[in-house]
Amino acid sequence: MTTIPSNSMPVKRDKNRIKVRNTVLTVITYLIAIAFLFPLVWMFLAAFKTEAEAFASPPVFAFTPILENFKAALPSYFPALKNSLIAAIGSTLLAFVLGLPAAFALAVYPTTRAQGTLTWMLSTKMMPAVGVIVPLFLLFRNLHLLDTLPGLILMYTTMNLPLVVWMMHSYMTEIPFAIYEAAKVDGASVAQEFFGIALPLSTPGMAATALLAVIFAWNEVFFAVNLTSSDAAPLSVFISSFKTSMGLFWAQMSAAAALTVLPVLIFGWVAQRQLVRGLSFGAVK
Amino acid sequence: MTTAVRPTTTTASPPAPKRGFKLTPAALIWPAMLYLILTTQVPFFMTIYYSFFNYNLVIPDNRPFIGFGNYATLLTNPQNLQVVLNTVILAGGTLILTLFIGGAMAMLLNRNFPGRGLLRTLMISSFLVMPIVTAVVWKNMLLNPVFGFFSWVVASLGGQPVDWLAQFPMASVIAMITWEWTPFAMLILLTGLQSLPDDQLEAARLDGASPLQEFQHIVMPHWTQAIQVVVLMETIALLQVYGEIYGSTSGGPGLATTNLPYFIYQKAFAEYNIGLASAAGVITVILTNILAVYLLRMINRTNQTNKGG
Repeated sequence: MTTIPSNSMPVKRDKNRIKVRNTVLTVITYLIAIAFLFPLVWMFLAAFKTEAEAFASPPVFAFTPILENFKAALPSYFPALKNSLIAAIGSTLLAFVLGLPAAFALAVYPTTRAQGTLTWMLSTKMMPAVGVIVPLFLLFRNLHLLDTLPGLILMYTTMNLPLVVWMMHSYMTEIPFAIYEAAKVDGASVAQEFFGIALPLSTPGMAATALLAVIFAWNEVFFAVNLTSSDAAPLSVFISSFKTSMGLFWAQMSAAAALTVLPVLIFGWVAQRQLVRGLSFGAVK
Repeated sequence: MTTAVRPTTTTASPPAPKRGFKLTPAALIWPAMLYLILTTQVPFFMTIYYSFFNYNLVIPDNRPFIGFGNYATLLTNPQNLQVVLNTVILAGGTLILTLFIGGAMAMLLNRNFPGRGLLRTLMISSFLVMPIVTAVVWKNMLLNPVFGFFSWVVASLGGQPVDWLAQFPMASVIAMITWEWTPFAMLILLTGLQSLPDDQLEAARLDGASPLQEFQHIVMPHWTQAIQVVVLMETIALLQVYGEIYGSTSGGPGLATTNLPYFIYQKAFAEYNIGLASAAGVITVILTNILAVYLLRMINRTNQTNKGG
């Protein structure tokens, strides 16, 4: 085994063995991936079955797809979709308005405290939501923010703001410093540097960050369940209604769930590479 | 003291007086800082404050100060120890499983084979699925004792039907959350593997290193940072698992799958016991922060040794 490779017979046999091993490993990879995807595929299939087929035991694999489940789910899906869209996009916009200037200042004018400030912002993500939910609930009740979209947007902004600052900070530090210096020589103000250089040059980063923030807000459950009930209930609350009585309608539940997860799946597949950066706060690139 | 730094040259003109509002870097940071202080730090101090009172929303006008009474109630009731234990088992068990399965999957995907890009993309799906969707789909369609897919698999293998969520509640919840979080581990670990330079591996192979030696001495040291990131991020997230439990077992049967976040939700929003829920919230925050600080230190230490060596 430890001999230096040469062009003799054992090498050829080795090559064959490597080929077989590689094929086996590839098959294993596919099997694991299929196992992981199965629950989702099963859900998507059930969305096109009749209730009887969805409930059938042994399970039905061949069936004529129907669209009735989607039609049945849509009336209660649309109001929740509207709330989810407003909450996700609204909170992302607010997090950008607050976070972009901070990311810019920390990246371009780093003081000795900049790293500390960044770490502190990250540390707010370590605050479990249960540590703040009680006073926030009471506060929201007194301010009449319970079950309202502005209330939900405020909480989702808290959740996404550290993410926006961290990700945009890492994108903005990648802009060559010489560009800022050239602008300064020309007498550009801080605002001109921000709007004229930092923002236009970090557009791809902004797109990736926005996508992640929207996904997180879309999928959030804790604040949604505890701070909304009907008027502002987003999709997560709508789907949770299937956990009890409506869980008897598998096909309809699957259709609603499919409509809920599909946009996020597509976004996530597209932004796959940026996902790593956002999820690890830039620690692994 | 200030005389020492007074400029000695007379050519420097004093800065022009500020006219109107001027955008300074500090002014750019403050809105974000203020927002986070107002929505995380201030409420947390209020949580601490509430935790010292016997405060129930059903009797809002009478809330006597009881000092550490709520903490004493929490820490002396053996049932609550069960809740803390559940939280640790759930987070720890899931973390270990996702690390091993995610790590294996990352190594399998870090090879060249047809369809690799597509598999990599599809594999992240379960991480993107809303936790509440995971819960209702698993609970109803996979784990249902009569009609569920897993029961059919067990039955067709000649076994007895299993009521997963009743007989193995914690294992079922861990399986569900492992399904969700394995893609996260895989994604970070795969990126970590891909940043390993090829020439190092080739040099080791030429030196006659066995695959095991190669893994132990070259892959592992390089992988450490990615593994630590997974451990840190998942620990923080898994200690806060809520939607999956809310959507599947509702903490039951009994207390079998009640973790700290779900416990606090029940105390605050089902029993309206604000004082007790607040004390439990404070304990959760302390627990999370001790773990996070410890893990962060570990990461920083390794980073420094990596840079030094």
